[in-house]
Amino acid sequence: MTINWIDAAAQDEVPQDDVLGVDVAGRDIALYGVDGEVYATDNVCTHGHARLCDGFLEGHEIECPLHQGRFDVRSGQPNCAPATEALRTYPVKIEGGRVWLALD
Amino acid sequence: MDAERPEVAAAAWPAGTIVIVGAGQAGGWAAQTLRKEGFTGRLVLIGDERHPPHERPPLSKAVLAGVSLPQSTWLQKADAFDALALEWRPGTTVARIDRAAKRLELADGETLAYDKLILCTGGRARTLAVPGADAPGVHTLRRIDDAIALAPLLQPGRQVVVVGGGWIGLEVAATARQKGADVVVVEAQSRLCERTVPSEISEHLLALHRTHGTRVILGAGVAGFGSSDDGRSAVTLADGKVLACDAIVVGVGLVPNDELARDAGLDCDGGVIVDARCRTSDPDILAAGDVAVTENPWAGRRLRLESWQNAQEQGIAAARSALGLEVEYRPLPWFWSDQYGMNLQIYGIPTPSLRVVVRGVAGSESFVLFYLEGDVVKAAIGPNAARDLRFARRLIEQCKPVDPQRLADIGVPMSKL
Repeated sequence: MTINWIDAAAQDEVPQDDVLGVDVAGRDIALYGVDGEVYATDNVCTHGHARLCDGFLEGHEIECPLHQGRFDVRSGQPNCAPATEALRTYPVKIEGGRVWLALD
Repeated sequence: MDAERPEVAAAAWPAGTIVIVGAGQAGGWAAQTLRKEGFTGRLVLIGDERHPPHERPPLSKAVLAGVSLPQSTWLQKADAFDALALEWRPGTTVARIDRAAKRLELADGETLAYDKLILCTGGRARTLAVPGADAPGVHTLRRIDDAIALAPLLQPGRQVVVVGGGWIGLEVAATARQKGADVVVVEAQSRLCERTVPSEISEHLLALHRTHGTRVILGAGVAGFGSSDDGRSAVTLADGKVLACDAIVVGVGLVPNDELARDAGLDCDGGVIVDARCRTSDPDILAAGDVAVTENPWAGRRLRLESWQNAQEQGIAAARSALGLEVEYRPLPWFWSDQYGMNLQIYGIPTPSLRVVVRGVAGSESFVLFYLEGDVVKAAIGPNAARDLRFARRLIEQCKPVDPQRLADIGVPMSKL
C-alpha cells in the first residue's frame, strides 16, 4: 500500500516547544515541535471542542486552553481530566525541509 | 498475594457499597473515578434531576442559545456511562441520612445502606424574598430544564429583565442579546460582579454589556415581580419604577444544598465542611463540589468554590479518598466566564490589600491584573488573555518572585518570567 503523504508545513514554521495549527487537506491539524521532532494530532480537543494550537505545550504534553485537559502528543492518549478520549495522531515525515503527514 | 497483584492492592474497597448523592459534575466525576481506581462494589448514583451527570457552564451559553443540545453537556457518552455499571437513580430525592445505621432514607420510603457516602448535592438558585417571586414569568438558571424553559423566550424584540449582575446574570444577558432580545440588567450593588472581581474588571464588564446594547441599572433594588395590564411580566424596582418585559431571569447566587448534612448533624458553615481529604465530620461521609466548604491555602480561609474546576477536581479527590488512596486537595481556584466573544479568567483570589500590576492597558480588549505580595504573584485576572493567564498560574503555583516591571511589560513573554 502506498502512503499518501501530504505537505503540511515548512519544517521551520513548526515552533520548538510550541504548537502550530494548520489546515491540511481541509483538516484542522496541530503540529508540535519537541526535541527536534515534529508530532501531529487533530487540533480539536476531544472534550470541549477548543483548538489545541491555542494551548500550552510542556514537554510532550499539550494542555487544552479551555479546560486544561492534557494529551501526550506522541500517542494522543489523555493524561488527565476532563480528557478521557484519545486524540487522533498522524504519522509524520520530514523531507526537503517540509513536514509531510499521512492522513488516512 | 497482594504483593503479586499490586494493581488490585490499590483497591482498598473491593466490595461494599458506595452511594453518591448528587449527579452533577462532581458526582459524575466521583462515580467515574471510583471505577477507574478499581472499585468493583455496589455503586449507587442518586440524582434529583432526570439527566445523567453533566457540565453546567454551557447551560447559560450554547445550550441556552440553542446552539448545542442539552445532551452535549453530559460527562459521559451513553455507552461509557453504561459501562460504569452504576445503580443510576435519576429523579430521586433523599429524605434523610441515618448515620448510626449507615443508611439513607429516600423520599419514597426506601432505605439504602452505605459503607461510604459522598455528598455532591450542589446548590440551587437563590430566589428573592419579594412579592411575586414565584410568579410564572420569573425564571432562574441552574439546571438543564431551566435552560430548556428559558431558551424559547429569548427572541428578537422580546424584552428580558435580568435581576443580578453576577456571572449567571451577565452570561444570560449576553446570550439573550445575541438572540436579539432587548435586555435590561438590574444590579443591587454599585458595580457588576462586586463579590468576585476588582472594580477595573467591573468597569470592563459594564462597558462590554453597554457596547452590546444592554441597559444596565446599578444600585437598584427589586421590590417585587408581577404582571402588567397586557398580561406580560413586570419588575418593580425599589424606587417604584416598573420594567415591563416578556421574561424575568433572577441570577442572585446559589444556596448550597446542605440540609441533608445539617439534619444529620455534620459540621456545616454555609455548606458542608470537609478537610483536604474531602471528609466531613463523619469519616464515612465525604463531600465535594458546590456544596463543600474547605480550607483553601491560596485564600487563607475556608471557601466554598462554585466552579467547573472544583466540581471536577474535588469529585475526583473525594472518590480517591473514599477508597483510602492518598489525597491532598488544595486547589488554586480557577474560574472563567464567557460573555459575547470575551473570555475572562481568574486564578487565585484577587484581594484588594495586594499590590496590583497591570500587564497591557486596563480597559482594553485584552489585559491582565496581577496581585502581588512582595514580588510573588498570588492571583491574576484578565479578559481575553488565556495564554498569559496560563503562565500566571505557573507563577502563582511556584511562588516564584518576579520583577514587577518585566511582568507589566507586554514585550517580555510570560514564558520568560
